[in-house]
Amino acid sequence: MRETTISVGGHPVRVLTGGDNPSAPPAVFFAGIGGVPTWVPFLDRLAESRRVIVPSLPGFPGAADFRHLDTLLDWVVHCVETVEALDEAPVDLIGSSAGGALAAEVAAIAGSLVNRLVLIAPFGSHDTEDPGADIWAQVPGPDSIPNLVCERPEAWKHAWQVPEGAEAIDYQVMHTRAMEAAARYLFPFGDTGVVSRLHRVDHPTLLLRGSEDRVLPTSSNERFCAALAGPVRTGELEGAGHLPELDTPDDLAREINAFLADQELG
Amino acid sequence: MKNLWFHLMPYKDLPDDFREEHPSVWVDIDSGLLDAERVHQHYHEYLDELEFAGEVGFDGVCCNEHHQNGYGLMPSPNLIAATLTRRTSAPAICVMGNSLALYNPPTRVAEEFAMLDCMSGGRLIAGFPVGTPMDTIFAYGQNPSKLRDRYYEAHDIVMRAWQEPETFAFNGRYNQLRYVNVWPRPVQKPHPPVWIPGGGSVETWRWCAEMDYVYSYLSYFGYKAGAATMQGFWDEMDRLGKDRNPYRAGFLQFVAVGETEKEALELYREPAEYFYGRCLHVNPKWASPAGYQSEATIRAKVQSQVALAAAQSRAGNGQNGGGRPGPMGAARDWEQILDLGYVIAGDPDQVAERIRQVCIDLNVGHLMLLCQFGNMSTELAKYNTRLYAERVLPQIQDLFDDRWEDSWWPQPLEQPATARALA
Repeated sequence: MRETTISVGGHPVRVLTGGDNPSAPPAVFFAGIGGVPTWVPFLDRLAESRRVIVPSLPGFPGAADFRHLDTLLDWVVHCVETVEALDEAPVDLIGSSAGGALAAEVAAIAGSLVNRLVLIAPFGSHDTEDPGADIWAQVPGPDSIPNLVCERPEAWKHAWQVPEGAEAIDYQVMHTRAMEAAARYLFPFGDTGVVSRLHRVDHPTLLLRGSEDRVLPTSSNERFCAALAGPVRTGELEGAGHLPELDTPDDLAREINAFLADQELG
Repeated sequence: MKNLWFHLMPYKDLPDDFREEHPSVWVDIDSGLLDAERVHQHYHEYLDELEFAGEVGFDGVCCNEHHQNGYGLMPSPNLIAATLTRRTSAPAICVMGNSLALYNPPTRVAEEFAMLDCMSGGRLIAGFPVGTPMDTIFAYGQNPSKLRDRYYEAHDIVMRAWQEPETFAFNGRYNQLRYVNVWPRPVQKPHPPVWIPGGGSVETWRWCAEMDYVYSYLSYFGYKAGAATMQGFWDEMDRLGKDRNPYRAGFLQFVAVGETEKEALELYREPAEYFYGRCLHVNPKWASPAGYQSEATIRAKVQSQVALAAAQSRAGNGQNGGGRPGPMGAARDWEQILDLGYVIAGDPDQVAERIRQVCIDLNVGHLMLLCQFGNMSTELAKYNTRLYAERVLPQIQDLFDDRWEDSWWPQPLEQPATARALA
């Protein structure tokens, strides 16, 4: 794994890159709610067949600046410019949860940057009759978010383990900042209106969710599925919560690698 | 010093099993518990009490803003203040206050406060709270990541709207107003005194100092828990080179006065236990949405908690005597409530002695008093109010005035018009 920093709109963005084969096709990953403080096992599995590139989303671990982004358009432009700045387009774009909402927007607004699209329980749509959880109204404490977003909270805690030499308070602030950043474009419902733009997404798309997702209901993915213009493959990862990249990294990577390698999908 | 009579306007009929059977007094409180006819009675009793406080000599009367809240029936404090402009003639009217980010456009606050200042003949104190997460984020749906910036921008609009003589354009980050020119403008020039209710954030202290506003710490947990916060405030004023004028500060305190200490302890047990047991039964999930607190405040709180834990460890106890309790960890039985100083109770001399010492220790010139709390009857609220006004006030009201001037107090008209009902 290699860590570099690029500049997007004058703001530093950490980019983690993994995968040994320089000729392997690039796959860009937008992390889920909270982000990934560091390289996680899911990315290793994915990197067995891809060059995996993980730019930090604004406010997520690795990119502290985000308060200059006010509107959803600001966020989408930032993400488009991030993919452009990686200079790898078209890429296979994988977005989970909060990152999934933005990955879908990139595909809708700047479709030529994207080859295939993978969305894992993406935020972006909401039905008050089938609402899911309010991730911003959680009892404070170290366990509340891990227990909500993961079926295996220990996987979250492992990813967020404070490394030797680092300060626990810095990690607490980093986590709160990432939750705030997501609130900036998703509060209160996570409904960005992206579904009304999905008719522009004609890319082959893999649409996944964890079978035990307590954050977003099944109907959320169903609305995405109905609105996407391209061929869609759907799936559910057994035993995974809202963040399968932490709960079931092997199964998730296997599904994605199979989808990306499938020539039948155009 | 100034003594202000503060009303929260609690709903008095929350059931005995409220804590057990209901998740929260705030945000999603069960509307089935509300009897609008009782609220009708409440409003008239509470307005009577506020008017009574003005009659018996309190320097000011206070109301505040809460939403979807079982202990605060004032989603619009301006409505309450408006009636007080007609039914009182002397006390300052302290609206504590309008949560600026909730008003769209914020010129609405400039207009309504200007109306209140005109109607009252210049008796308005303009309070500008950010507002609690329950009110702002969850009841009113403000984005927690943008709330404070919206608040500061709204503040700028209101202050300019009151002071700029010409129509002006405001092209802000969150508000675009091509023609700002509020009518009426406040009686008080350049503007009514501004008080900022706040928690313990350093940024708020600095901002109050920079803007020359009163900082008001409105905790329900009394002078013992508030001491650390007020110490932090004054330390920050020292660092900024500001004087220690006690009128820079406001502080909220529950009081319970009886003819004798024994009487006070008997009379006020039930309403105090009702307030701390039921009214502060807030679901903790509403308390701390990411973004509501600044990163600096999060760091400061963690550091103070670490310091507190270390101090407790050194002292060999687990008591949280000097920390900042929140609604979720508050004491609920009368003996503890008294022991922790949430309520100052006793005979008039005891209360006066304690209040005087608290104001000196915390260096607070504006004391806001809750004489009605919980399900206290209007008769008892008036009894408490009268004893305080007649027997406590005379013993303490001279405090600070030999040395300090209150530059943050309203300047009413010399000969204001009077409502015919009062004439």
